[in-house]
Amino acid sequence: MSSNKLDAKIPEGPIEKKWDNHIFKSKLVNPANKRNYRVIIVGTGLAGASAASTLAELGYNVLAFCIQDSPRRAHSIAAQGGINAAKNYPNDGDSVWRLFYDTVKGGDYRAREANVYRLAQVSNNIIDQCVGQGVPFARDYGGYLDNRSFGGAQVSRTFYARGQTGQQLLLGAYSSMMKEVKSGKIKILARREMVELVKVNNRARGIIARNLTTGELEKYSADAVILATGGYGNAYYLSTNAMASNGSAIYRAYKQGAFFANPCFTQIHPTCIPISGTHQSKLTLMSESLRNDGRIWVSKKKGDTRAPSDIPEEDRDYYLERIYPSFGNLVPRDVASRNAKKVCDDGRGAGASGLSVYLDFKDAIKRDGENVIKEKYGNLFDMYERITDENPYRGPMRIYPAVHYTMGGLWVDYNLMSTIEGLFVLGEANFSDHGANRLGASALMQGLADGYFIIPYTLGNYFASNKFEKINTDNNAFTEAFDKAQKFFNKLMTIKGARSAEDIHKQLGRVMWEYVGMGRNEAGLKKAIAEIPKIREEFWNNLKIPGETNNVNVELEKAGRVADFLEMAELMAMDALERKESCGGHFREEAQTEENEAKRDDANFSHVAAWEYQGDNKTPIRHKEELTFEDVKIAQRSYK
Amino acid sequence: MGGNSGKKISLNLKIYRQERKGIKGKMVDYLLTEVSTDMSFLEMLDMLNEKLIKDGEDPVAFDHDCREGICGMCSLMINGEAHGPEKETTTCQLHVRKFRDGQTIVIEPFRAKAFPVLKDLMVDRSALDEIIIAGGFVSLNAGNAPDANATPVPRNNAELAMDAAACVGCGACVASCANASAMLFTSAKISQLALLPQGKVEARKRVLDMVKKMDELGFGNCTNEAECEASCPKGIKITNIARMNREFLTATIAANN
Ligand SMILES: Cc1cc2nc3c(=O)[nH]c(=O)nc-3n(C[C@H](O)[C@H](O)[C@H](O)COP(=O)(O)OP(=O)(O)OC[C@H]3O[C@@H](n4cnc5c(N)ncnc54)[C@H](O)[C@@H]3O)c2cc1C
Ligand code: FES
Repeated sequence: MSSNKLDAKIPEGPIEKKWDNHIFKSKLVNPANKRNYRVIIVGTGLAGASAASTLAELGYNVLAFCIQDSPRRAHSIAAQGGINAAKNYPNDGDSVWRLFYDTVKGGDYRAREANVYRLAQVSNNIIDQCVGQGVPFARDYGGYLDNRSFGGAQVSRTFYARGQTGQQLLLGAYSSMMKEVKSGKIKILARREMVELVKVNNRARGIIARNLTTGELEKYSADAVILATGGYGNAYYLSTNAMASNGSAIYRAYKQGAFFANPCFTQIHPTCIPISGTHQSKLTLMSESLRNDGRIWVSKKKGDTRAPSDIPEEDRDYYLERIYPSFGNLVPRDVASRNAKKVCDDGRGAGASGLSVYLDFKDAIKRDGENVIKEKYGNLFDMYERITDENPYRGPMRIYPAVHYTMGGLWVDYNLMSTIEGLFVLGEANFSDHGANRLGASALMQGLADGYFIIPYTLGNYFASNKFEKINTDNNAFTEAFDKAQKFFNKLMTIKGARSAEDIHKQLGRVMWEYVGMGRNEAGLKKAIAEIPKIREEFWNNLKIPGETNNVNVELEKAGRVADFLEMAELMAMDALERKESCGGHFREEAQTEENEAKRDDANFSHVAAWEYQGDNKTPIRHKEELTFEDVKIAQRSYK
Repeated sequence: MGGNSGKKISLNLKIYRQERKGIKGKMVDYLLTEVSTDMSFLEMLDMLNEKLIKDGEDPVAFDHDCREGICGMCSLMINGEAHGPEKETTTCQLHVRKFRDGQTIVIEPFRAKAFPVLKDLMVDRSALDEIIIAGGFVSLNAGNAPDANATPVPRNNAELAMDAAACVGCGACVASCANASAMLFTSAKISQLALLPQGKVEARKRVLDMVKKMDELGFGNCTNEAECEASCPKGIKITNIARMNREFLTATIAANN
C-alpha cells in the first residue's frame, strides 16, 4: 500500500537549493543549551564515529557504544579501495551534478533524488575534513591529492590511502572522537552490545546494552538514539563483513516500529577469494581495481578438469569481453557477479568445486612486466597467496562473488530519522542513498556525510522543535525492556540442545545464498520462506550454549545475533518475492530481457518498499514510498 | 600449490585458560585431529570450539573480528611469538599449512601489566585508547577545514606518514617487549602526525602528553631490543621511536625555555 505513514520530508525548492533551504529553516539549539542534551550513538564505524565527534564538538553529551574492544576496530576499518568526492581535482569534468547523476543511475533508479544530491554536495567537505585530521591520502609528486577511477564512473574521483582507505578514514574519525573523550563530551562504552531500544511516550529515549565482559545488562537513557550499526550481510553467514557485523540493533528497532526499507537489496561483489571448504568462516574481498588489468575467463568446455595452464587460448571463454564488448571486464558489480554464477551453473566453473572463475594477469604481465603489476597490486597478490597458497604471478587467480554490502536498512526521512521519533539511523544501517546497487567508494562517503555534515543539523532541529520531559532509567519503560532482554537471554541459555549457533547460522546461510542470492525466482523464494521458519524452530529447540550469562560468553553473543538473522532472513526473502522486477543487485530471473539482462519495471516498482512489523509470526505490512525523478532522466542501464 | 596444502593434520594444542578476570589461569592440552591445512589459524580454533561445545565444555574465548589483518582485534602469543611465526602477518591471516603434522602449539594471551586478561585469550587493551586520548589527534572541528589541496604535502612525507599510520593497534609490540613498552605504538601515531603539516601545530604538546600517559599506564621503557619491530604485523619501523624521541627532546627543551 502507498503510505501516508511515510513522509520523506523532502524540502521545497530546486534540488540544488533543498539542503541549504532546509538548514536555513531548521531550528537551532542555543549553544549554552546543547550541554543539556544527551545522545546515544550505537556503532563507531565511519558513520557513528563521525557523528559522535561532531555532536560532541557542538556541545552535546555523547554515549558511544561498540561491540569491539575499541571504537577503532569497527568494520569500516576493512574498506580498501577509496572514497568518492566531486572535487574535480583532475580537471576531468566531474561535478556535484555528475556524482549525483552517477549515483542515482548506479543505484538503478531506486534511490531518493534529494538525498543523493545532498550526499554529492557534502562529499567535498569530507575530503577537507579528513585531510585536516591528518589522514595520509595518496599524493602525487607535487604533493597534491591523487585520484583513481572506480566502476560506474567515467571520471577519476576516488581518493585513497593505499589499499587501506577505510582504515585511515576510521582512524581519523576515531582520533576526533578521542579528542572529545578528552574534553569530557564523549563517554565510550566498548564491548557493549545494544539488545533493546527503549521508547518513552513513543519516542526513542534509551537502550539496554549487554556488557560483553561481565554479561550484565545495563540501562542507558538519552534524548535521542542514533543507530550506526552497519550492514546485515552476515545473514548469509559467509560474506566479506567482519565476524561481529550483525543486524540485531536495526532488527530490534524494527520490532519496535521502525520500518525496514528494501531488505532484499544486497550487493554481491564479483571479486572475492572462493570458498575453500566447510570450515570457512568468512570471505575475503579482492579489490575491484584488479579488473582494470585482469581478464576474466572460464573454459569453453563443461567439466574441464585441466589445469588453467593446460587450457589453450582457443578453449578459453573471456565471457565478459564477449558479451559486453564496450565495458568488458569493467561492467558493474552486479553484472559481473551474475555472469560468473551463470558460467558456473553451466558447469564451466574453475577449481575443484567448480565454483570459481579465473582472473588472469598473464597478458598484463606480458604487456607491462611483472614489476609494474607488482607495484599496482603487490599487496593484493600477497594476500591472495597467503590465503590460497597459490602464486598469482605464475597462474591465474580464482575468484567468485560474495555477499558484500546491504543497500537495504531502516527507512529514514530526509533528516535521517526513522519512523520512530528520535531514532536516527546513519551509514550502512539505513537504506538511504544507494538505491538497488551501491557504486564502489560511495559507502565511505555516505557514512561520513551522514555523521560529519548531516546529523549535526537535523538532530539540532529535532531537539529545538520538541519538548523533552526529563527521564531516567528508573522509568517503567526501561524496566520492561530490561526484563524482556533478560528473558531473551535466559531462554537462549535454557534450550540446552545439541547444536552451536554457528552451525545453525551456516545452515541459514546456505538457504539464503541458494534462494535469496544472486539469482532469485518465485519458486526459490517461496522455498526459502518455507525453510527459514524450520531452521528457526531448530534453533529454538536444539541450540547449545555452554558457559554462563554473567561472564564473557561469546556463544551467547553469537546466538543473540543469529536469532535475529533467522527472522530478518525471512523478511529479506519476502521483500524479494514481492519485488517482481529486476533492479541493481536484485535479479529476479522472471524479469530479464531476451539477452538475460535485468529488466526494471518502473510502472509498478518505482518505489521504496518499507516493511512494518506486526508481531511474531504475523505478516508485516509492506508500505510504499513512491520515487519521483525530476532531475535525472530514467533509462534502462546498458553496458554492451 | 605449496607443499602443505589440501591435507589433514593433527595438532597438540596447549592453551591458556582463565575462567574470568582477576583469577589464576592454567595451561590445558587439547588434541585436535583432521585439521585441514587450508584453514586459517582462527578457523582451527573455531573447529576446536565447535568440538568443545559438542562435548559440553566451555569454548576458548579469543578476540577477532575482520579476519583480514586490518582491525587489530586478533592477538595471541603462538609458540612464544606475537601473531605466530609468519613475518608481518596477523594471527587471523596465519594458516594451518605453516604447521607440521603432530606439532605442539602453545597459545597464550598477549601479556602485559597494562593488558589484564578478561577470559582465556582475551585481554583488555583499552590502555592503548588512553594513549591516543592523551593527544593522538588534530584539534580540528568538523566544518573548519580548508580546501584539502590548500596545503601540498611532499609525497615522501605523505608516504612515511602512511607507513606509520598503518598501525592496527593490536598491541603485539607491547606483548613481545620484555619491558611491555608501548613505544612503537605511541611513536607511530606521533610520527604520522609530526610528518604532516596538519599535525605540526600541536606536535610538542602531543608528544609530551602521550609519553606521560604511556608511563602512567604502567607500560615499560624502551631498551632498544627491537622485538616490537620484529613482531609487528604491519611492519612499523623503530625509526618511529627515534623520531618520537627527537620530538620529545625538542618539546622538553622548548617547555623548559
Ligand atoms: C571488505 C570490504 C571493503 C570495502 N571497501 C569499501 C571501499 O573501498 N569504499 C567504500 O566506500 N565502501 C567500502 N566498503 C563498504 C563500507 O566499508 C561499509 O559500508 C561502511 O564502512 C559501513 O560503515 P558504518 O559506519 O555504517 O558501519 P560499520 O563500520 O559496520 O560499524 C558498525 C558499528 O556498529 C557497532 N555495532 C553493531 N551492532 C551493535 C550493537 N547491537 N550494539 C553496539 N554496537 C553495535 C559495531 O561494533 C561497529 O562499531 C567495504 C566493505 C567491505 C566489507
Ligand atoms: S581479526 Fe582483524 S586483524 Fe585479525
